[in-house]
Amino acid sequence: MNIKTVGVVGSGTMGSGIALVCARAGYETIVFDRNQLALDRAFEQARKFLEKSVSRKKLNQNSADEILSCWKGVTEIKNLAECDVIIEAVFEDLSVKHELFSELNSICPDHTLFVSNTSTLSITEIAGGSGRDDRFIGMHFCLPAQLMKLVEVSPGLNTLPDNLACIWQFCVDLGQNPVKTKDTPGFVLNYFLVPYHNDAIRMVEKGIAEPGDIDKAIKTAMGYKMGPMELLDLVGLDTQKLLCDALYGATYEPRAACPSLVKRMIAAGHLGKKVGKGLLNYDNNNMFGA
Amino acid sequence: MYRIVNSDNSRSFPSPHDFIASASRSESESEVRGGLVFTGIQAGRDYLRQGSNPATFVAIELELECLGVYTGLDHSEEHQHTVGFARFRMGSAEPSQLIELVRHAWTSDQAVALARTAFENSGLVVAICEDFPGRIVNTLIRPYLNAALSRLDEKLATAEDLDKTLCLGLGYPEGPIELLARTGLAEHYDVTSALYFALGQESYAPARRAHVSKQRHKGII
Repeated sequence: MNIKTVGVVGSGTMGSGIALVCARAGYETIVFDRNQLALDRAFEQARKFLEKSVSRKKLNQNSADEILSCWKGVTEIKNLAECDVIIEAVFEDLSVKHELFSELNSICPDHTLFVSNTSTLSITEIAGGSGRDDRFIGMHFCLPAQLMKLVEVSPGLNTLPDNLACIWQFCVDLGQNPVKTKDTPGFVLNYFLVPYHNDAIRMVEKGIAEPGDIDKAIKTAMGYKMGPMELLDLVGLDTQKLLCDALYGATYEPRAACPSLVKRMIAAGHLGKKVGKGLLNYDNNNMFGA
Repeated sequence: MYRIVNSDNSRSFPSPHDFIASASRSESESEVRGGLVFTGIQAGRDYLRQGSNPATFVAIELELECLGVYTGLDHSEEHQHTVGFARFRMGSAEPSQLIELVRHAWTSDQAVALARTAFENSGLVVAICEDFPGRIVNTLIRPYLNAALSRLDEKLATAEDLDKTLCLGLGYPEGPIELLARTGLAEHYDVTSALYFALGQESYAPARRAHVSKQRHKGII
């Protein structure tokens, strides 16, 4: 299949990063979100990210303009009808995803491949409610998607091999590095990451160390680019709760259970970098990197 | 200024370092009133033998044990200027630049600040934590390493794919399997055994591969 147009559903941190990856690879990229303000914010973040890339001489201005010209924001789902591939990046809620894909199934042509960016839910289970489980594949991008090259590619039980191969090639054409993973809870990354982040949150909860000290210790000792607090704030505390609920629901692993501090922070609106306040404090919500 | 009382075999400073070189050799009264740093495997015992002293801060090198072993857990005038420290290192690897500086809630802020400055002046990076088994890094890293070893046994992925996924996905410089192969599975067994004993949490129970490696290390084959 010749992929020309890609739809991205959701314009949050993950969706906007994926959209930027697609637009940067030259695909006509249609970003769908029912909230116009969220769409505008995502486009502005992408513009600023590219502006930084130009100022750091990683990109010239013409290329930046071309990338932005590939990006189109829409608030009506019917505008995704002509897409060859649709990548979903909405909340980690099986019923929300089923409803979305069911609607997309009714408006998209037969050849359109459906992709979920889920990081914890089963691809086979999401595909089961899509109406086209043979054309359904998991593509889990890593945060920040515009910088990280890894994509965990997971077929569902009914995914046809040709469709998996098509998405694999699409991933390569995006300039990403696909790794095939089994359709198991959390795949590889989140199976490790979600409990590790919860352990770090519990360390704060118990008063063992301050968030800044935890990040400093892990980065210095292990050579990691980001500490757990910084990464959690980038993921968002609200998303972390959804990840916990999905992973714990599938595994009953005690370390995957959502710490109470996360729930309290969500209630207080301390959602992470996107609102300027999470486990750490921020003075802007610009996209990470350039 | 600080003096060092060294009982050899320090895991934090196994080779020459600015922190050791910068210490005072003098035992004049003014120098004694500076800091006092106990290093080496007998650091805690040396501290207890020394008894009370007029130092502005006292730092005891810790291995896997808690600071409370030497200071007690409850507020004590005698030990309020005493902190613990360990320079983090994975098994047989060289020590990192990280100093985990351990305090109690009742440790004087001034002693913590002075100890921090002493380490930072030698180019080390200081992270402060309360007195807890595993401190910061081992508490967070060991369950992750155990999980990686278990997933390898469960054939979720090959060692290479597991490492590649975590390196590319999270920007880690080294995957968990490669890291443990380089720094020693037997040491991972020792650390996780100590944490499992102290905390009683399953996530710290040594993974099968670490257990086997330890047995091989001891020659039980």
